[in-house]
Amino acid sequence: MDVVLEAVGLAKSFGAVKAADDLSVKVHAGQIVGIVGPNGSGKTTFLNLVTGYVSPARGRIYYLGQDITGLHPRQVTRLGVARSFQIPQLYTSLTVQENMLLALAIRSGHEGDVWLPLETPSRLDEARPLLEKFGFGDETGLAVSTLPEGGRKLLDVALSFALGPRLLLLDEPTSGVSVADKFRVMDTLIAVIRESGVTSVFVEHDMDVVQRYAERVLVFSEGKIIADDPPRALFADPVVRRYILGEE
Amino acid sequence: MRRALGGAAPWLSALLVSASLPRLLPDWLGFLLTVALAKALVVLGVAVLLRSNLVSFGHGLYFATGAYAVAFAARWLHLREAVLLILVTLLVSGALAAVLGLFLARYRGIFFGMLTLAFSMILYSLLLKLYSLTGGTDGMVIAPPTILGLSPGAQATRAYYYLTLVCLALALIGTRRWLGSPVGFLANAIRDNEIRVEYMGASVRRGIYRTYLLSGLLGGLGGCLVAFTVGHIAPEFSYWTQSGDFVFVTVLGGYASVFAPVVGSVVFELVRNYAYALSPYTWQMSLGVILLFIILFLPRGLWSLLETFRVVSSPWTSSSKR
Repeated sequence: MDVVLEAVGLAKSFGAVKAADDLSVKVHAGQIVGIVGPNGSGKTTFLNLVTGYVSPARGRIYYLGQDITGLHPRQVTRLGVARSFQIPQLYTSLTVQENMLLALAIRSGHEGDVWLPLETPSRLDEARPLLEKFGFGDETGLAVSTLPEGGRKLLDVALSFALGPRLLLLDEPTSGVSVADKFRVMDTLIAVIRESGVTSVFVEHDMDVVQRYAERVLVFSEGKIIADDPPRALFADPVVRRYILGEE
Repeated sequence: MRRALGGAAPWLSALLVSASLPRLLPDWLGFLLTVALAKALVVLGVAVLLRSNLVSFGHGLYFATGAYAVAFAARWLHLREAVLLILVTLLVSGALAAVLGLFLARYRGIFFGMLTLAFSMILYSLLLKLYSLTGGTDGMVIAPPTILGLSPGAQATRAYYYLTLVCLALALIGTRRWLGSPVGFLANAIRDNEIRVEYMGASVRRGIYRTYLLSGLLGGLGGCLVAFTVGHIAPEFSYWTQSGDFVFVTVLGGYASVFAPVVGSVVFELVRNYAYALSPYTWQMSLGVILLFIILFLPRGLWSLLETFRVVSSPWTSSSKR
């Protein structure tokens, strides 16, 4: 299987906190990988390192065999690595549809167009089914600021997905989403991800979510990966259960 | 189709009304209106930047550049044709914005504002000190240019009014298209969330650069048209109080629509004129009070009044309704 993402010996500290400590991992094409671990264990830092938001003190990052260490988030995104955010990062003064159209315009390299409208028929034709996949049927004309948190989360992922990535990184897709909504949100996301076959890595706090949706789980602790297993094997391990789930 | 008509009707009516105004108004008011419309272009330039949350406190820079480009093109290139002078102006102000934009696109907030102010004051001192070239505080006189080869003669006020109106209409159409284009939406996106813009693979700096370029072109065009109309230009065009006026008018009119700066500019010139006539020594105070009221009660400018009363039935710019 192709290796989509490979991190080799990543190190990064914030003061006394080791957010990445000689961290190495390979992610293969088509995998859906969950990352769990306590607060401050370096989960989000890992995503930030891969996308170039922070640079590692040591180590290299390879995407499809290409060294992307030290590249800017924009360049990493252009190569095909998209991410969503724990707190949805959206254009709140624009509508749902406009958010999506802009993502599509940028993906096709048209963000410099000054004369052709953003809303072209072909772009709309692409945006609508995409938004529908993520559960946005009628509310595409609404301003993003009026969406509930679950909707924002989905739109945040939808925008990243619209960029046509080969690797999709999701930072806590269900945080801030109500208990009633979280499985609906994840069902939607995972269905789209499976259908497209895009390689995905998601950071998650919620063990139910990880158990249900991840094919492979990485357990982070103090910037290290202390376990790397399929969820069933992992959650059967009494050490992991005690460490992650806090069971006696 | 109805939607298309709904979009065109306000444009047509605005054009018809403004085209018939010179016949209805006394000459002095026609002159005042011409200056107001020309300055509305500069204000539009400030307004497009404001959509990305960038306040230019130095748009007098382009206002003066446009005006002095006309004067020097007339002196050195012996140009007397308005259309050619406009082209020269656009070239010069565009080039200036292209150079300064490289630098300014790196800055936000107060730093951006102060840097624009600094650049405009540098030009001001140059215009002031290079006496042999610019005439210093005396300024420069601009002979009335011909319009498409025709000399306006005694009809100058009216002729330049129509010239300004045509330029303004073209600029409004162009700017409106710009705002509805990916670049225009990117400007909104940059104001909302720069991180996301970069994480979509677009360059924030390039987006701001493009907006700044448009803004500089509009500013230069405004200065050029005022130079035609007034016939005399001075270093004050680049002085900070002039730039302050442009920001004032932007706040006054609002920036939800491309028409808002026009409304703001016309109201501003009228109010200033009457305030000056009524109280020659305290007219600035009247303006200050008006601005206070606008900020307190109409934070989105005079234009929001129109939106409130639903006079507008169609989207002027596709994101003006929110």
